[in-house]
Amino acid sequence: MRKPSLFFPLFTLIGTAGLVPLAAHADDRTLTVYTYESFIAEWGPGPKVKQAFEADCGCRLDWVGVADGVALLNRLKLEGDKAAAGVVLGLDTNLVTEAKATSLFAPHDIDTSAVSVPGGYADDVFVPYDYGHFAVVYDTQAIKTPPSSLKELVEGDPSQKIVIEDPRTSTPGLGLLLWVKAIYGDDSAAAWAMLRDRVLTVTPGWSEAYGLFTSGEAPMVLSYVTSPAYHMIAEDSDRYQAASFSEGQYLQIEVAGILKAAPEPDLARQFLAFMLTTGFQDTIATNNWMMPAAPTSEPLPEPFERLVKPTKDLLLPSDEVAAHRKAWVDEWQEAMSK
Amino acid sequence: MLTPAEHRAARLGGWFGIGLLAAAIGIPVAALLAGSTGAGFGVDPYLLRITRFTLLQAGLSTALSIALAIPLARALARHPALPGRSLLLRLFAIPLGLPPLVAALGLIVVWGRQGIVNAGLLRLGVDQPVSIYGLSGILMAHVFFNLPLATRLMLMGLERLPAEYWKNAAILGMTRANVFRLIEWPAIAQLAGGAAGLVFMLCVTSFTLVLVLGGGPAATTLEVAIYQALRFDFDPPRAVLLALVQIALTSAVLIALRVLKSPAEEAPQLGLSPARPDVAPGLPALADRVLILASALFVIAPLAATLVAGLRADLVRILTDALLWRAILTSLAVAAAAAATSTMLALLLVRARHSVAESQTAFAGRILSWLAGIAGSLVLLAPPVVMGAGWFLLLSGATRALALPLMIIVLINAMMALPFVIRVIEPAHRTAMSRNGRLCLSLGVTGINRLRRVDLPALARPLATAFAFAMALSLGDLGAVALFGGDRIVTLPWLLLQKMGSYRTADAAGIALILAVLCMGLMALSDRTGAGREAARP
Amino acid sequence: MNASAIELRHVTHALGNAGVAFSFSRETGSVTAVLGPSGAGKSTLLNLIAGFLAPDQGQVFVNGRDVTALPPAGRGVSMVFQDNNLFAHLDIRTNIALGLDPALRLGRAENAVIEAAMERVGLAGFGRRKPGTLSGGERQRVALARAFARRKPLLLLDEPFDGLGPGLAAEMLSLMLEIRAEVGATVLMVTHEPAEARAAADRVLFVDRGRIAADAPLAGFFERSDIPALRHYLGSGAPD
Repeated sequence: MRKPSLFFPLFTLIGTAGLVPLAAHADDRTLTVYTYESFIAEWGPGPKVKQAFEADCGCRLDWVGVADGVALLNRLKLEGDKAAAGVVLGLDTNLVTEAKATSLFAPHDIDTSAVSVPGGYADDVFVPYDYGHFAVVYDTQAIKTPPSSLKELVEGDPSQKIVIEDPRTSTPGLGLLLWVKAIYGDDSAAAWAMLRDRVLTVTPGWSEAYGLFTSGEAPMVLSYVTSPAYHMIAEDSDRYQAASFSEGQYLQIEVAGILKAAPEPDLARQFLAFMLTTGFQDTIATNNWMMPAAPTSEPLPEPFERLVKPTKDLLLPSDEVAAHRKAWVDEWQEAMSK
Repeated sequence: MLTPAEHRAARLGGWFGIGLLAAAIGIPVAALLAGSTGAGFGVDPYLLRITRFTLLQAGLSTALSIALAIPLARALARHPALPGRSLLLRLFAIPLGLPPLVAALGLIVVWGRQGIVNAGLLRLGVDQPVSIYGLSGILMAHVFFNLPLATRLMLMGLERLPAEYWKNAAILGMTRANVFRLIEWPAIAQLAGGAAGLVFMLCVTSFTLVLVLGGGPAATTLEVAIYQALRFDFDPPRAVLLALVQIALTSAVLIALRVLKSPAEEAPQLGLSPARPDVAPGLPALADRVLILASALFVIAPLAATLVAGLRADLVRILTDALLWRAILTSLAVAAAAAATSTMLALLLVRARHSVAESQTAFAGRILSWLAGIAGSLVLLAPPVVMGAGWFLLLSGATRALALPLMIIVLINAMMALPFVIRVIEPAHRTAMSRNGRLCLSLGVTGINRLRRVDLPALARPLATAFAFAMALSLGDLGAVALFGGDRIVTLPWLLLQKMGSYRTADAAGIALILAVLCMGLMALSDRTGAGREAARP
Repeated sequence: MNASAIELRHVTHALGNAGVAFSFSRETGSVTAVLGPSGAGKSTLLNLIAGFLAPDQGQVFVNGRDVTALPPAGRGVSMVFQDNNLFAHLDIRTNIALGLDPALRLGRAENAVIEAAMERVGLAGFGRRKPGTLSGGERQRVALARAFARRKPLLLLDEPFDGLGPGLAAEMLSLMLEIRAEVGATVLMVTHEPAEARAAADRVLFVDRGRIAADAPLAGFFERSDIPALRHYLGSGAPD
């Protein structure tokens, strides 16, 4: 740094130069899909889906990722009809009512007979592409007899801790809130007050909670029924297992829809139809670690056979969630803050 | 001493800097408010409760950090030749550059339920383990982040005192207590207020640490409410109003405590710390060493935990991943651009303040100086998530182009680093001015020539430090990136959280290690740049 | 008194790859000018005597007492530096008072001494002022006042009047000599002004490359031609 006068221009130049190679250039027929980031991660379904769809449609598929489903909806609210996307992929059933209220979505008009999800979800705007059940995942090295019901979780030994997510900031957190609501109804506040002593901490998102769990801080975490499949397949380990609850598991169905302002509506519709074919569905299980919502070309890998089979699928109607979410979150906050 | 033309340039630059900051904050806020008809705002018990908690945790965290930093800075100043001292001071810069989540996991390895401390206590027969969850955990994490920062700030204050002070103290036979009362404390007290203000602001806006370690929603800060308002509730006016409440409350507290002035971090005088002949060997000196060792352990242990976890990862596979290199390149580029922007903004503000301070000045000058002063502090309180959302709204049609979102990310990161950068540059600038001002006038070296030949070279060392600081801060930041997202802007913290979010904990640990190494490297580089200049001086 | 006021006996100290070695002694009441090129070890010599540096070998005696292992405060030394003799945030009174009791426990007697010292250097009534409001010369007067109040047997001066200008420096020098006489102290004064040495000293220590190159009476010293380093130090234009 002998010439300090060159210092800043130089660094600014390096800064800008570093960014140039990342710039993308557009194609003729392009479909832009908004989704959540983990879907399009290198290891997510995104790259494979892109390859398969592009081979099929003779077009270009551009992913745009945001943090998660909630952020996806917020982005749409921010952009309104200026959104560049044709398809939005990654909302869950809890957000569907709110999403429809934006009146940004158009009916899909595709054949959804291939869809097979618990409870038989059907909607003229949104099409399911995968689903999963929430579950308490536990560490078999720390817990020999996991809770066998939500009631046992709530009333169990407070020294056996669980990490949960915050319903104010995360989707699984909202899932547990609804799960408790589905079972306890008006007594939810009392249930939370009891569960509170078992809760080690409440994290802003799934990553923090699961990080604490795998680092051994807590023997239980709120996650998904499919979580153990990752450890079985990628790490060849049976250490982490999901607990089956006798009341059933709360269900999360992920859906996609077409935007009214889609630049290429036909391409968007084509993508939604493609979503229910094997080219898309084959990637879901071992890349998104969720259950496919339509037939796959081959049976799922063996470890999926060993996952917990929910005794009952719990799902509160989207309208009810939208109407009461705020009050329920307040109630949760009250009960957990005492 | 500046010429009339230089005064005019300095003030114009100052107004330009303030205008840029005002635009960077004002435009997105206006966009958010204009674009929606929100439910508005009511003072509810929830808001009161989280406000109380925000102030409580930030107040306690600040008090603890400063109370511990004073004896630690003093002990470090008293032992300038302690082995490993400069390494320790470099390590002290790492927490600033770490994403809070990484730091939280590091702290948990040490202090968690299954952590090293509790395992040790259990072995000793203590069965009531130390709990890191709750207010105590929040405080511990905040001390981990801010003790090193406050210590560095105050140590620089002590090392700025002339070497003769310590010789005189020795000759006059001043005791340890008298040296503290009559020499050290007056120097520390000048900085403690400003350092406390800075730490307080950082703690007020703390988010991830508060939630992860807080134990439950009882530990909720205003920043969480702001985030909540922008996420599930999607109520931008409420988010903006909450942000304003946060800024107003914090400024009120800081003004009441009279700590809104900038504490100054002079460029670290590595290897030039004055000798301390007033320090006699013996029990107190031993106590100093014990204190330094204990603090070093407190800060290094979680870092070491991060390091060990990172080394356990499959580093070869991580390092051969093209995506990682893209993330490193993007992160470094964004950080360098943000650091350059921040340093230039800081220079504009500092020079404007200097110009006003130097001359009898009219009302406009005083306003300029005052604005430049608070701009250098309060930007810390503007929540990046709010600014990001506002900019996003404005740019919504244009987000397909990469340049614009990148510029916004750079701008937001530059603003976050500004308070730190100003604190490094301002005192050095003052010193350089008083040293060279008259000479330049007499030699007729003015204007751009003076800037190039005299002022900037004289500031090379603090500029390098400030640059490294700003880069480290920007490297660890996710906030602004997350909003624009897309698989096209891949930064290191983003990649880290992606890995964590998809079961790949080990990979995430490896990336955290890479981040820490980068921060360390930046600090070492800035030290060397500075030291090289120092050696070249006759 | 048969013991010397100050004696260095085979004192060595390693400094990087160079080092210093000093041996000399001085009579009580003498004034010695320490001269030599920059970097020769003049300040190191004072630092060894004051106790800021510990000798690797050898001993330091003050009034016949071995002070080698004593801290600076126990050696009976006052010192005046070129700069920063006063704590900038403390007023003049307090700066002088520190010389009497570093804990500032001041009784009637101490207060009288402080007043007398300020008066002695011509700064009566300056007690409440901060050093920053004084001129450079006035600040050095305060430093002398403190040395005056302390009445220690050894007074070490490290280029104390540098940068004051010839007139003021001469004035300060004579004030120092008066004070020295009243206190009865022995003075070692580092200077690079042969004129100062001429005006004040009775002996000269010429230090070159960490050694005492000459230890001689002042009279005729600057005219000597047998010390090459001295000729070089004084340059071609020898002092008149």
